[in-house]
Order: sequence, then structure tokens, then C-alpha cells
Amino acid sequence: MREVAVVGFTQSPAKRRETVLNDTEIVIPMIDELKKSKNLKNEDMDFVCSGSCDYLAGAPFAFVMGLDAVGAWPPVCESHVEMDGAWAFYEAWVKIQMGYAEVALVYGFGKPSMGDLPLTLALQLDPYTQAPLWPDAVSVAALQARLCLEGGVLTERDMAEAARRDRRNAETNPYAQIKGDFSPEQILAEPYVASPLRRHDCSPISDGASAILLVAGERAKEYCERPAWVTGIEHICEPLDLNVRDLTRSRSTEMAAERAGVGRAAIDVAELAAPFSHQEILVERALGLGAGTRVNPSGGAMAGNPMMAAGLSRIGEAARRIWDGSAGRAVAHATSGPCLQQNLVCVLEGS
Amino acid sequence: MNPDEESLSAPHILEYTYRRSLGPVLSKFFTGLRDKKLLGIKRPDGSVLFPPKEYDPETSESLHEMVPVAESGVVKSWAWVPAPRAPQPLDRPFAYALVQLDGADTSLLHVVDAGREAAMRTGMRVKVRWADSTIGSIGDIACFEPA
Amino acid sequence: MSAEEKPDLVKVIRTPIRLEYTYSAGKSASRFLRAMKEGRLIGQRCPVDGRVYFPSRGSCPQHGVPTDGEPVELADKGTLVTFSIVRIPAETVPLEIPFVTVQVLLDGADTILMHVLSGCGLDEVHMGMRVRAVWKPKEEWEESVANILYFEPLDEPDADYDSYKEHI
Repeated sequence: MREVAVVGFTQSPAKRRETVLNDTEIVIPMIDELKKSKNLKNEDMDFVCSGSCDYLAGAPFAFVMGLDAVGAWPPVCESHVEMDGAWAFYEAWVKIQMGYAEVALVYGFGKPSMGDLPLTLALQLDPYTQAPLWPDAVSVAALQARLCLEGGVLTERDMAEAARRDRRNAETNPYAQIKGDFSPEQILAEPYVASPLRRHDCSPISDGASAILLVAGERAKEYCERPAWVTGIEHICEPLDLNVRDLTRSRSTEMAAERAGVGRAAIDVAELAAPFSHQEILVERALGLGAGTRVNPSGGAMAGNPMMAAGLSRIGEAARRIWDGSAGRAVAHATSGPCLQQNLVCVLEGS
Repeated sequence: MNPDEESLSAPHILEYTYRRSLGPVLSKFFTGLRDKKLLGIKRPDGSVLFPPKEYDPETSESLHEMVPVAESGVVKSWAWVPAPRAPQPLDRPFAYALVQLDGADTSLLHVVDAGREAAMRTGMRVKVRWADSTIGSIGDIACFEPA
Repeated sequence: MSAEEKPDLVKVIRTPIRLEYTYSAGKSASRFLRAMKEGRLIGQRCPVDGRVYFPSRGSCPQHGVPTDGEPVELADKGTLVTFSIVRIPAETVPLEIPFVTVQVLLDGADTILMHVLSGCGLDEVHMGMRVRAVWKPKEEWEESVANILYFEPLDEPDADYDSYKEHI
């Protein structure tokens, strides 16, 4: 296996509604900043991969515009996933492993404010028997939350504490959208928005983007003093049908964590992209994190959830803590599909 | 001209008129719905999937044996929708629910017209309310109601 | 088979989907369209090689750098680079068939504008023709490229092939 490191990360502030820029224009200054800060020329990039979802703009091939931010003449080796940028990261990592690239630029972006995101996500469900009923993503997550609560797997207080931790951590994150010290009592006093979920149990809807630079081998040190080496990465998928899954645990995260070697040594920092408080708890447990792990120092997806970039940003936020020396070993998580259907786990280490 | 003025915007509708072919298993399922019969499918271990699937989710074997399930069953989980959106099945507050019908071993994701949130309870019994006319669609079950 | 059962199977289901969006044009397109409403054609210059993109999407697609400098005002005349004769009517085209679709390189721009041509016989249309925009009445101007109804021939000598050959 080739050694691959995360050596650069930029992001735009997560906003409920970006009113001036379109989705490509959110990406442009962010990639410009990454290129300038890393002195990255177009000819240095062997591979470019992006993650986005055409259903956020309601237009097919909407993602192609994003290439304007990168520059595609002379022609570039480029790919795209209709998924969170974390999966574009995975594709770039594979490309490097296969020897086809040394330097890869990965970005994810989305402007869900243009549509009704929870309703759009109903289209992820079975098209014959479920999607025609338009179960919005918040209601579907609420079904899972109730199974967890009534199954004794977690409590409303656990959920409130997870939400509180994320939003309090986010106070030091200039890119986060929801920040503040909300006590569990304050949170539990609020009404349900979709019983049994309260507003605080749900991540915000966010417009935003992020980008990461991946470099192979010793060259990583040209871009970064203390590269964040990818020592394990895996993603596992569960069936589409909610009915044949155990929604009270995240088996795919458990499997991905095992294959990525999360448990081999202590984890200092974990960045989780679960968009609901109960899901964050399930992911934390599935990763087998100990008491010594700092979870979501950035606030995680619960503090800012730019669709299609939130998972990639978790990798970036984990990498930042390796670069600044505050973590020796970190894990980043990304998710996709209803109720944590598909999960990606990435382990990063300093040298 | 202020370049940081709010962007121009325009309404945009995305529509697809999908017609989906069904295959042997779902064809029987939807024909059953049209005829007000609920059909699940048997797995090799004897348990019943409802709605039915073509392949066993664990072993991937082809499944063939359709079995009837009852029109009533138990709510396994629910979520209250206080402000339904336009395309959702009811225009008054309702619950999405996982309903396990008698005779089935998995749950159907559908809707319960309970009237108010306080009337919903995991474990409550519900029964099918058929649509006025049934055509072979998941909407032939208009919703479930407390039994 | 009971009297209620029908012998035929349901083989197809209809599952139409409909999603509503508020599409936002973004900064560059909004600036371009607002200028159109004032009868102005504006492009953006790439800071790397000076090429003027018209219209602009906010970034040079070749170099991948922001094009957020001062906008470049363009004249509403230019060179017809290539054309096609269309014999199928189009709702958005205010001309009878057969009509001529054209690619116009406006003076000062380095990218072409797709539009339509009127005001000369079909056999007179040729590459290199000089053309000028014919606008709708000013009171009808909106934030739209359709403020220009069509291009018409300009009484100027044809442009040199070298001046537009890269844009074919």
C-alpha cells in the first residue's frame, strides 16, 4: 500500500442560505485559496474528483460547472461521485494506490437551500413502495430515533447531551453554522419538531463546500510539515430497505471501523458526520471510541451540514488536528443514505 | 451596480413521469393491492417479508412463494408529521409508521391517520383503510387507522 | 376467481416525481443579467491571460482562477463565426422558419454568443460577416439575453479569417 497523506483543507462557512453566490461560486474562492496556500499549479494535479448531488440544484450534470473552479484546459483527469466528497476522497485514494496519481484535489459542494432537502431525500427510499409516500428525511430519522429510545438503546437526555457538546465545540469554529452553549435542560424543554426529534436533534440545512489535497509518499512533505497519513480507510453499505436492517446500531460503521483499523491504538480525535443526535451516538458506539477521545471538536455535521461536503470536511477537520499536533491519531466518519445506510471511516495519523 | 446584491432567482420545477415495470414478484404484490389483497413473500427460513422482495436480503436466493398477510397489525415505530408537505399522503397532521402486519415478519413503512399525536403509541393496533379506487399502487392503502 | 378479481396482472406502476426549487443564478449571472436589463453587455477578464469571457461564470474555465475584477463593457456588434439554417420552429425564437442560428464573436470578447440572425437572404449568410444586435424596445427590457431579438448584417467589410478562426 502506498502512503497517502492529507496535506491541505479549505472550506466555506456553512450557511442556511447563501443569497449572493451560486453553488459553483461557493467553490471558486475555496479552491483558489487551497491552490494559493499550497502553491499548487494546475499541471501539478494528477487527478481531480468531486462529490455533489444534482438533486440539490434540480438540474442534471449540475456538477460539471464546478470544474470552472479547477481549470480544465489542457484536459484534466477528473471524476465525480453523486455522493458526499468523502467518497470522492476514497476514489482519489484508490487512484493513488493504483499508481495513477501522486497529487489529487478533492472537493465537495452543495446548495440545498434551493430546494426542500428533507423532501428531496425521500427519493433515496425504495421507489416502488416507499418514495411514493414521500417520507421526508427528518420523519425517517425520527422513526429510527424512536426505535432506539423505546428499545432502551439511548435516552432523550443522551441525544440532548450529544447536541449540546457539538454546538458548544462549534463556538471555536468560524465555519460552523449553529454554535452556542445550550444546556440539556434547555434542549429537553423544547417541543418536538417530528416526534421524538427536537430541533436540536437535527443538523442544520447548510449551503457550503470543502476541498482537500491528497499527496502520495515523500512528496507530501513538500506541501505540509506534518502530513496526516491515511493509515486506514473503508466504506460499507447496508441494504436500502429499512425493514431488513437493525436501525438501533450502525453495523456498517462497525465493519468499516474494524477494517480501517480504528481499534488498533487510541484515538485522540473523532469527527463524525451523523446528521442527527441519536445517529451520532450510534456512530460513536460503532467506532468503539474510548473516554479519552475528543468527539467533534469542530462541532461535526450537527453544527454545520453542507450537503455533499460535510463528510469531506470531517476528514479535513481531523487532519487539521494532526497538523497542529493536538492529535496523534484521528478518525473521520462520513455517511450517506437513510438512517446511516452507508458509512465511511478514515483513520489519520501523524508520523 | 452592487456586485454583492442578492442573486436573481427563479422558480424551477423538476418533474419525471416515471412508469416502472414490476417483474414477477412486485407484479403479484401490486395486483394484490389492486384486488385488496396483501401479499408477502416467504424466505427460506420460513419468515415472511412484507412488502415482498425478489431476493433474500441475507442469502440472495430468489424468492417465489407469495403468502397472504392480514389487513391489520402492530405499530413498531412512528414519527409525527405536524405540518405535512404538499406531496405527502395526507393534508392534515399524521404519523409515518413502521407497521408489522399479522403474518409478516418485517414492517411496512406507511402512514397512520391517528388524528392527533397523543393517539399514537408503539404497540397500538392499526388496520388498512383502502383507497376509494384501487389501481395497483402503494397508495391503494390510503393509510392505516387505529383498529 | 371471484367476480371482483380481474384476470390481468398489474405489470407497470406510475411513480411520478415532482420537486420545486428556487434556482439561484449566482453573482456572475445576476450581474450579467442586470446589465442586460440596462442594455449593457458585460464580460469578465481572466487575470492570467487577459481573455474576456462573455458571459462569465465567475471563474476562468481554463485556468481555474476567479474572474472577479472590473467587468469589461462590450459593444453589441461583432463577427459571425459560424451558422446553421434551421427548418424546425422553436418557441423561444422570434423568427419564422427557416431561420439562421449563429455564433457571434462580439468585438472585445474571446468567447462566442449563440443567437439568431435576420435581415438578409439565406444565401447571403456567410462566416466572417459583420453583424449588430437588434434590441427589443427599451421599455420591454428584462434581465434576459432575449432583450436582443436577433443580429442583423452590418455594412462593414468581412472580418479576417484569422481574427475568428480559433472560435470555430
